[in-house]
Amino acid sequence: MARTKPQKSLNTSAGTASNTPPFQHRHLLGIAQLNQVEIVDLLDRADAMVPISRQPRKVHPTLTGKTQINLFFENSTRTQASFEIAGKRLGALVVNMSVKTSSVSKGETLIDTAATLNAMQPDVIVVRHSAAGAVELLSQKVGCSVVNAGDGAHEHPTQALLDALTIRRHKQRISGLTVAICGDIANSRVARSNLMLLNAMNVRTRVIAPRTLLPMGIENIAAEVFTDMREGLKGADVVMMLRLQHERATGHMIPSTREYYQFYGLDAEKLALAKPDAIVMHPGPMNRGVEIDPAIADGPQSVINEQVEMGVAVRMAVLDTLLGEGTQVTE
Amino acid sequence: MTRALLIENARIIDPASNRDIKGALLAEDGCISEISEGAAPGTPENVERIDAGGMIVAPGLIDMRVFTGEPGHEYRETLASASNAAASGGVTSFVCMPDTLPVIDDSALVDFILRRAQATAKVNVLPAAAMTKGLNGEEIAEFGLLKQAGAVCFTDGRKSVGSTALLRAAFTYAANFDMPIVNHLSDAGLAGHGVMNEGLMATGLGLKGIPSEAETVPLERDLQLAALTGVRYHAAQISSAASVDIMARHRQTNSGVTCGVSINNLSLNENDVGSYRTFFKLSPPLRSEDDRQALVAGLSSGAIDVIHSGHDPQDVEVKRQPFAESADGAIGLETLLAAALRLVHSRDVDLLTVLRAMTSRPAEILGLQSGRLAKGAPADLILLDLEYPWVVEEKEIRSRSSNTTFESARFSGKVMRTFVAGEDVYTFKEPAK
Repeated sequence: MARTKPQKSLNTSAGTASNTPPFQHRHLLGIAQLNQVEIVDLLDRADAMVPISRQPRKVHPTLTGKTQINLFFENSTRTQASFEIAGKRLGALVVNMSVKTSSVSKGETLIDTAATLNAMQPDVIVVRHSAAGAVELLSQKVGCSVVNAGDGAHEHPTQALLDALTIRRHKQRISGLTVAICGDIANSRVARSNLMLLNAMNVRTRVIAPRTLLPMGIENIAAEVFTDMREGLKGADVVMMLRLQHERATGHMIPSTREYYQFYGLDAEKLALAKPDAIVMHPGPMNRGVEIDPAIADGPQSVINEQVEMGVAVRMAVLDTLLGEGTQVTE
Repeated sequence: MTRALLIENARIIDPASNRDIKGALLAEDGCISEISEGAAPGTPENVERIDAGGMIVAPGLIDMRVFTGEPGHEYRETLASASNAAASGGVTSFVCMPDTLPVIDDSALVDFILRRAQATAKVNVLPAAAMTKGLNGEEIAEFGLLKQAGAVCFTDGRKSVGSTALLRAAFTYAANFDMPIVNHLSDAGLAGHGVMNEGLMATGLGLKGIPSEAETVPLERDLQLAALTGVRYHAAQISSAASVDIMARHRQTNSGVTCGVSINNLSLNENDVGSYRTFFKLSPPLRSEDDRQALVAGLSSGAIDVIHSGHDPQDVEVKRQPFAESADGAIGLETLLAAALRLVHSRDVDLLTVLRAMTSRPAEILGLQSGRLAKGAPADLILLDLEYPWVVEEKEIRSRSSNTTFESARFSGKVMRTFVAGEDVYTFKEPAK
């Protein structure tokens, strides 16, 4: 079933891609598989994609004739739309499939679906699934590239890349910064992917959460662990808020959203402890008044909408890197 | 500004520092300002001088387990009546349990208790807040907001939280706010419909028994979860010899775990139930004499930290019932110290250890400034006549309820005066014959 991946190189005007070896992976399953050079390469390629989406005619048809299937086993609006727009701007044929998971026979359904889709000869399948490891399992059963759009609480690599790109465009660097990730670390794939990426980039990583939302062993993943948000925000360059899945957490992991907001919600008073030029990020969708004060979400330090824009650029770069055949990005 | 207070010619005992000296103690502005051996040095003007006549001055007691009926069951006990009983027993601070109507599971209710106490109570009232909302054992309460409001610990009071997942979450979340958890230990399945200690006595009375495993199983569980989560954990009350061993073993590896014992379990045994005497229906139940002796030994060895009264006022209606149907609980604020002194007079436990279990240990567990005689500490004091003989008489009981396990008990040792923040809240008067 395996298919050899065509050698390719995307020469970008902004990046250093021409000096780096071609991308060695058929799939993008997680940040864990990437090294620092590959991360920087992807960020450079994504940076070069940003202007395309700002043009009046947002076309850069490097993937004409390619078929991209967005296979979402879990509800998603923004990520699915972002991958769809990314593929379409590159000229690919994009098909969206939303599959409701049957909890009884997840494994069987997943592999059956993979085999069925594989027979349609797609070039890339973008997969989101509620079970950790499901995307990797699927990737073993198909002959095309697979991009992980989020698997359980495991990884969400394009989110980490778009966050890194947003940080780099604001701070002109990533290495050496202090980044505080605050919220439901235990159940967040965004936190895991971000921590891996930021650690690979020599960032001083911090996590901030009540102990009930900190996973075991986190002190071996993040450089610093805080249960007091005020302490954790001191001197931070970047404040990354996470969505609290309060429907799931209330009563078991946290007692109420009002208490959560009091101790772990980002408001002006707490944000003032971070560096004056700190940027505020959120992967969305936000619970205003639960993890973040609406005034902060919409305030001058917020880069939340920019993260969404960078999401399209990162996904274009990922798709182009996995499938493209080496066309020049023109501005 | 309150008047300064000088107690002279006293035997000053401070369990926190193991100090036992003859001397004088000066209190100003509600705090202890000077402790001196021998005669008092210089004294300020406008001071109230008390000649202790050789009696003991010790820190006022801190009772970690007191139920009142306020709010919701004021006919049983109010904060005011409980504080009145406390003052006469030498108790200058008590932790009030959240089992009220409504349950103390919201910061506004903690605030209510503190305001009511300030307005009506003679002694310090320390609110314990619910570990789970509504004491339902299903969702953890707002520990952060409750702490900010002034709660000193989290407990479900008479109820024993049984879900291991919930306990783990509660312990973890309490550790997050550096607050102690206090859990009553009774496995619902093993306790079943039992009403007294399981054994020959219960069999003879035809009553369903509660095995000590109903306590040891959840105790072992809680201590393992405490080690996992790093919470400061206090087993509210243990009653069996096996529990003493379990505590002693866990203390070797985890300095964050402590336990208490009710004065009833230290003083009485299952035989006191006699012919269905409902005042002796308690939770945990009175156990065998061997268990009682193990508890006394555990207190001496340091396996047990705290002695509390378990003060639980119940009205006549719920106690004048067939044994199995009557309510659990007995009052105890007024007799706590005198009953504990029996252990001293019988030479089972030394005086410092007994006092420590009701003063400095509770203070350390709850993070209080009181419970010790030291410069700057609150002047919460008792003047104690260690030998004064007296008999518990129902007409003298200050609590609104009279369900005592010490009716007609003969005691040696009586609190003569009680001070809270340097203010006189109780002076003993010889009862009219």
